[in-house]
Amino acid sequence: MGVGIQVDKLNAWFGKTQALYDISINVSANHATAVIGPSGCGKSTFVRCLNRMHETIPEARAAGRVRIGDIDVYNGTSAVQIRRRIGMVFQKPNPFPTMSIYDNVAAGLKLNGFRNRKQLDEIVQRSLTYAALFDEVKDTMHKKSGASLSGGQQQRLCIARALAVEPEVLLMDEPCSALDPISTGKIEELIFQLKEKFTIVIVTHNMQQASRVAEFTGFFLLGKLIEYDKTEKIFTNPSDKRTEDYITGRFG
Amino acid sequence: MRTRFQQGLDELRARLLRMGGLAEQAVDRACQAYQDRDLKRCHLVLENESQINAMEREIDELAFDLLAMQQPMAVDLRFILAVTKINSDLERVGDQAVNIAERVMDMAELPVVELPVDIPRMAAASSAMVRRALESFIEGKAELAQAVLEMDNVVDRMRDEAFITLVKTMNEQPEKTRQALDALLVARNLERVADHATNIAEDVIFWVRGADVRHNVPQEPAAAAQEVPEAR
Repeated sequence: MGVGIQVDKLNAWFGKTQALYDISINVSANHATAVIGPSGCGKSTFVRCLNRMHETIPEARAAGRVRIGDIDVYNGTSAVQIRRRIGMVFQKPNPFPTMSIYDNVAAGLKLNGFRNRKQLDEIVQRSLTYAALFDEVKDTMHKKSGASLSGGQQQRLCIARALAVEPEVLLMDEPCSALDPISTGKIEELIFQLKEKFTIVIVTHNMQQASRVAEFTGFFLLGKLIEYDKTEKIFTNPSDKRTEDYITGRFG
Repeated sequence: MRTRFQQGLDELRARLLRMGGLAEQAVDRACQAYQDRDLKRCHLVLENESQINAMEREIDELAFDLLAMQQPMAVDLRFILAVTKINSDLERVGDQAVNIAERVMDMAELPVVELPVDIPRMAAASSAMVRRALESFIEGKAELAQAVLEMDNVVDRMRDEAFITLVKTMNEQPEKTRQALDALLVARNLERVADHATNIAEDVIFWVRGADVRHNVPQEPAAAAQEVPEAR
């Protein structure tokens, strides 16, 4: 099951440049929450702070409190432990090119020392099924490499890989920006189904996508969270003029 | 700034205002025709109906294109939805004007009789509602639209009074029945014009404030925030 995320006064920097200012937000468990905003507004930095990927960039740091379920992300928990519980899918599909489809999905589990073949088979099948890819690859998953799949299938493979380690939260950083409308539709349908089992935070530039998949939406601007509300409220009648100017294309 | 989209919205607004002007003119002409038993004006109302109908289609087409091609959001989405509904109400206002003109044409064949009903006063009130509803649209002001909603009760009362007095006339002076019936139908048409003006005003409030005030059930902006996780 997914867990809620509580963020309290989260600040982030790249060297001396501050990228996030006092972000406080509660993300509901088993819902999809979209993060929108113009380029450079801090939305990717925000999600990368949730699983401590932000600190992997030289001179980048974050301060504040992030709780994911019962774990305190920035106090007493290792980054590796956190990333096991928080899966992430990126803009560009990045399957391990030399591994088979099966091995791509099993990679995280094997890395954690999981060796039971029968259970591994079950988990791979379940993860591929969750990612709506199993039927398309069931006959070839041991032979074909992840790189042989189409872009949309590769992205679903990456989702299956993230789901295999049974995370509670799935972060998606513009997961459809490199995909055609049919593949995008499949991923969006998938997000809808995955909400039952996982908490999803999705960064997107595509506002129609945010409105289609997310129950809640946060609008970021210049590193600040300007407005956070139910998605239908944000897209039909936002409270803040800056949100309205952004979503109606009146910016600048 | 989305220049082409903005041009589309401006064009939609301009066309709706032209449509509003035609509908308003049709009601004024029909009411004037009633007062003067003027068949020439009646024919003008009937002739202009096709123009109003054509404009209704054009406005709907443009709104449909903007929805499909520009994916409007927030205030722009509310504006386009409001325009399509106002468009439909204005076309119906035109229909009511035609109905009045047809009554006048019927009455013109009958002897003129005194009737205990002030149709011109009711016509002035209904026309004023349409005019003010369109002003609230031009200005984009919810307060002006709200004032239109409050006028609707006045016209409803006029219609009720007309009904009582004209039915009484029909009972007591059967020789005036046809004229009284025509006047009653005109009163009913004018009350419908006022209802359409009320709908237009409600749509302006929806566009400007995002609030649905239809059917006397004020509902503040959609998607109340009670279930929204805290953001501080």
